[in-house]
Amino acid sequence: MNILVFVKRVPDTESRIRIQHETRTVAEDGLNFVLSPYDEYAVEEALRLKESKGAAVRVVSVGRDEAAAVLRKCLAMGADEAFLIKDDVPETYDGLRTARIIARAVERRFAGADLLLFGKQSVGADNGQVPAMVAELLGLPQATVVTKLDVGEGAATACREIEGGFEKVALTLPAVVTAQKGLNEPRYETLKGIMAAKKKEIPVVKLEDLGLGPDDLRSRVRVAGLDVPAARKAGRVLQGDPAETARELVRLLRDEAKVI
Amino acid sequence: MIAAYLETRDGKIKKSSLEALSEAVRRAGELGVAAAGVLAGGAVADQAPGAFAAGAARVYVIEDPGLAAYSSAGYAAALAAFAGKEKPLGLFFAATAMGKDLAPRVAARLGAAMASDCVKVEAKDGTLVFTRPIYAGKAFLSVTLDSSPLVATLRPNIFPVAEAAAAPGEVVRLAAAVPDAAAEGRVVEVVKEESGEIDVTEADVVVSGGRGLKGPEAFALLRDLAAVFPRAAVGASRSAVDSNWIGHQHQVGQTGKTVSPDLYIAAGISGAIQHLAGMSASKVIVAVNKDPDAPIFKVADYGVVGDLFEVLPKLTEELRKTLSD
Ligand SMILES: Cc1cc2nc3c(=O)[nH]c(=O)nc-3n(C[C@H](O)[C@H](O)[C@H](O)COP(=O)(O)OP(=O)(O)OC[C@H]3O[C@@H](n4cnc5c(N)ncnc54)[C@H](O)[C@@H]3O)c2cc1C
Ligand SMILES: Nc1ncnc2c1ncn2[C@@H]1O[C@H](COP(=O)(O)O)[C@@H](O)[C@H]1O
Repeated sequence: MNILVFVKRVPDTESRIRIQHETRTVAEDGLNFVLSPYDEYAVEEALRLKESKGAAVRVVSVGRDEAAAVLRKCLAMGADEAFLIKDDVPETYDGLRTARIIARAVERRFAGADLLLFGKQSVGADNGQVPAMVAELLGLPQATVVTKLDVGEGAATACREIEGGFEKVALTLPAVVTAQKGLNEPRYETLKGIMAAKKKEIPVVKLEDLGLGPDDLRSRVRVAGLDVPAARKAGRVLQGDPAETARELVRLLRDEAKVI
Repeated sequence: MIAAYLETRDGKIKKSSLEALSEAVRRAGELGVAAAGVLAGGAVADQAPGAFAAGAARVYVIEDPGLAAYSSAGYAAALAAFAGKEKPLGLFFAATAMGKDLAPRVAARLGAAMASDCVKVEAKDGTLVFTRPIYAGKAFLSVTLDSSPLVATLRPNIFPVAEAAAAPGEVVRLAAAVPDAAAEGRVVEVVKEESGEIDVTEADVVVSGGRGLKGPEAFALLRDLAAVFPRAAVGASRSAVDSNWIGHQHQVGQTGKTVSPDLYIAAGISGAIQHLAGMSASKVIVAVNKDPDAPIFKVADYGVVGDLFEVLPKLTEELRKTLSD
C-alpha cells in the first residue's frame, strides 16, 4: 500500500499571538513552530498501517524551507520519505490555493497513492478546507474528522464524529481521510529515528515543475482586517459559605447577566 | 441571491442551518438581493415550511434516491448543480460536522475560495465581509473573497434565528445528476450516543470539568448541573479527557471544540491558554476553582473561589429552585 500524508508547519498551541497591524499579519518572531497536532495523528495512523499491513509512507508539506523541520520529525517517527513543495508565499488563508498545489502534486509527482491522510484542520488557520478540496479536485471519496479507520483490500471504513454520535463511511480506495483526536496516540521519535532522519535527504519540489501558473497560485482570499479579541473584563469574585455563594451566583446570573 | 444549505437530521432542519439561513436573509436584505434555502436528500420537500418561517422567500429542493444517504461527493454535486444554475452571490452552510465536510468540497467544485467558521458577516460595497477566529480565537481575521459564489460556513450558536411572519414561499425543484463516485464514500450507518446528549458546540449552556474533578465519578456532578437546563452539554479540559474520565468529543479548547454558549461553567479547570482559546467567546463565563490565582478567573465574569465538590451541588440546587419558579 502507498500512503501519502500531508503536514503543515504551524505555531505551537502555547503561542501568544501578536498582530503586526501595518501588514495585517501575525508576528512570527518569538513563535515556536511545530508539526500541526492533527497532522501528527495522520502520520501515526500511516505508520500503524505500515506496521500492520506493510505500506510505503511518504510525507509532503507545502511551505517554506523551514517546513523541513516538521518533515524531519515525521521521518524520525518512521516515515519512509519526505518531500517539501517549496512555496514562499506567506499564509494566505486560502485553502483552495493549497489544495490546487497538493492535487497537482499528487497527479504529477506522487501518483499511485491508495490513501491520502490529512489533519482535520491546520492549527492556526483553522480552515478545515484543504483535504475536502483535494478530494474534490482529484475526484476521490472522503471521510473527514475520523476517529477510527479500518483499511481492507481496496476499501476502508471510517468512523467520523458528528453531533451527538458518529457515522460510518464506507470508502473505496484511493480516498482522502482526515484525522481527529482519538484516532490514535502518536508515538514519540526514538533517538535512533532522529539520527536516521538526519541523514535522509528531503527532496524539494518546485511549483514551476508542477505546471502551476500565476492564476492557480493567486490567493482569492483578501485580508480586510486582523485583530486580537477585546480582553474580557475582570469579573466578580465570590467566596465564603458554598450555599450562600451559590445563591448569590444564581441571583447574579438571573438579574445581572440575564442568562437564566 | 444568498442561499443557505439546510441540513436535516431526524426529519427536521437543524437549528444551526436556520441560523445560517436567517443570516442569509438579513445580509441579502442589505444587499437588495433575494434569500433562499436549499434542501437536498432522498425526500425533503416537506421541510420547506421550516425555512419559510425563518424568512426564506424561496426554497430549492433537490431530491434524488442517490442522496438518501449522505456522501460528500453526492451532496457536493447537488449543491454545485444548484449554484451553477442559480448563480447565487453567497452560499452559506452551518459549520456542523456535515457543513464542514461539504462546504469545501462544493467550493472546490465551483472553483471558489471560502471562509470557515465565521462569527460575523457584513454587507459592504456590494459584497460580504466574513470575520472568523483563527488560532482558535486568539485572533480574528476579516476577509473578502475574490471568487464566486461567496462560500462560507457559519459557526453554530452565534447568529440569531429570524422569525418571519409565516408567509408561505415558493418551492423550486431542481434535478441533479448524482455521480456514481458518490457511492464510493457513503455513510452506511449513523450511531447516536446512547445518552442522547447534545453536542457541546450546539448547547446553550456548557458545564465543563477538569483535573480538579479528581476522577470520572465527579462528572456526575456536572451532569446533574447540566440537567437543570433545557439545552446543556458537559465539556471537559484536555487533562480530563486524556485521563479517560470522559470521551474526547467533550474536549473544549484549541485541539478540542470551540464553543460559544450563553453560559459556560468551568469547574476544576485552571484556564490554560489552549483551554481558554476554545471557550473565551462564551457570552457569560463562570469559574469554580479553589485556587484564587487560577488563570481561569481572568476571563470569568463570575468566579467562585471554593471547593467544587461543595459548590456544585449547592449551585445545582439553587438553579433548580430558580428555574422551576
Ligand atoms: C498541543 C496541545 C494542545 C492542547 N489542547 C488543549 C485543549 O484543546 N483543551 C484543553 O483544555 N487543554 C489543552 N491542552 C492542555 C493544557 O495545556 C492544560 O494542560 C490543560 O488544559 C489543563 O487541564 P486542567 O485545567 O483540567 O488541569 P490543571 O491545569 O491541573 O488544573 C486543575 C485545576 O483544578 C483546580 N482544583 C483542584 N481541586 C479542586 C477542587 N476540589 N475544587 C475546585 N478546584 C479545584 C486547581 O486549582 C487547578 O486550577 C493542550 C496542550 C497541548 C500541549
Ligand atoms: N501547506 C500545507 N502543506 C501540507 N499539508 C497541508 C498544508 N496546509 C494544509 N494541509 C493539510 O490539510 C489539513 C487541513 O488544513 P486546513 O484546511 O488549512 O485547516 C492539514 O491538517 C494538513 O494535513
